[in-house]
Amino acid sequence: MSGRGGRALTTIHLEETPHLTYVLRLADSALVLSHRLSEWCGHAPMLEEDLALANIALDLLGQARLLYEHAAALEGRGRSEDDLAYLRDAPQFKNLLICELPRGDFAFTIVRQTLVSAFFHPYWQLARSSTDRTLAAIAEKAEKEVAYHLRHAGAWLVRLGDGTEESRRRTLEALDTLWPYTGELFEVDAVGEAMIEAGIAPDPASVRPVFEDTLDRLFAEADLPRPAPTWMQTGGLRGVHTEHLGHMLAVMQHLPRAYPGARW
Amino acid sequence: MAERPMPLWEVFIRSRTGLAHRHVGSVHAADAEMALQAARDTYTRRGEGLSIWVVPSAAITASDPADKGPLFEPTASKIYRHPSFYEIPEEVGHM
Repeated sequence: MSGRGGRALTTIHLEETPHLTYVLRLADSALVLSHRLSEWCGHAPMLEEDLALANIALDLLGQARLLYEHAAALEGRGRSEDDLAYLRDAPQFKNLLICELPRGDFAFTIVRQTLVSAFFHPYWQLARSSTDRTLAAIAEKAEKEVAYHLRHAGAWLVRLGDGTEESRRRTLEALDTLWPYTGELFEVDAVGEAMIEAGIAPDPASVRPVFEDTLDRLFAEADLPRPAPTWMQTGGLRGVHTEHLGHMLAVMQHLPRAYPGARW
Repeated sequence: MAERPMPLWEVFIRSRTGLAHRHVGSVHAADAEMALQAARDTYTRRGEGLSIWVVPSAAITASDPADKGPLFEPTASKIYRHPSFYEIPEEVGHM
């Protein structure tokens, strides 16, 4: 089946090397979280926050584009960033599960953004010295962006946690739901090991102390209890997803799949 | 449930090329820190700013538009206050 724009409509299959898989993981996480944030556009509790969330979504979309472009170059078969974003199905996506959960209420979005940014800020800082020069350059840009995401989400977390009875209740509920998804941030499989070995990826273990410090500081200020150690969700890195990702991709990919080559 | 409205803040931005902060608009925010962030997200999306000030709108005392006459009209007849009646000596150069 070929599209009106002459491009294939069908799902593509990449020949993945560990390096390609690693870059796709980062790209998919950025894109999927960007899409979840973009779902707030026009729905945020106030206009200023509508813009703030859209700004964060656009930062992540920019990161995703650079990472997909890099992934396409690594694969070397002439595919575009759009091919990688729009022509792969859920089992081929390798994003962190925490990124694909539905946007929930505002507290849920803020808690997620805080947790993810508290991890990725130090992660990108370390990735600036990656032996993969393109990745190091992307990290340089992403580090500054995520520093602001963390500042913004963290400021809200403090105000919601230490705010009204309702904001506190919603924040605690969000934390309960989201905490089991934080284990995946630190997961290292064979791909991860090879990348750390090659000096391409930072070791998430060396990110942990900064992550913990950030949360200690924010949770103390927000008067929130640190979640107790619990069983952790896993699967995203292998393409095993929650039931939510497929629905999200159906919305996100509908237009380019139905109208291949569509332009503004 | 009735919620208290968020306080209003006036936003001033100093641009890349400007020397002074200029009023650009206003934002709603619960406190000063969030007002700065809201101002950043609302008014510096296209690389406009190098510095932001936020001021609680309630802290601004404004003149009454009805006082326009007594406040501003008397100056109209005092053209000698404009520095256009003096010769500037060559040596002073560009002012």
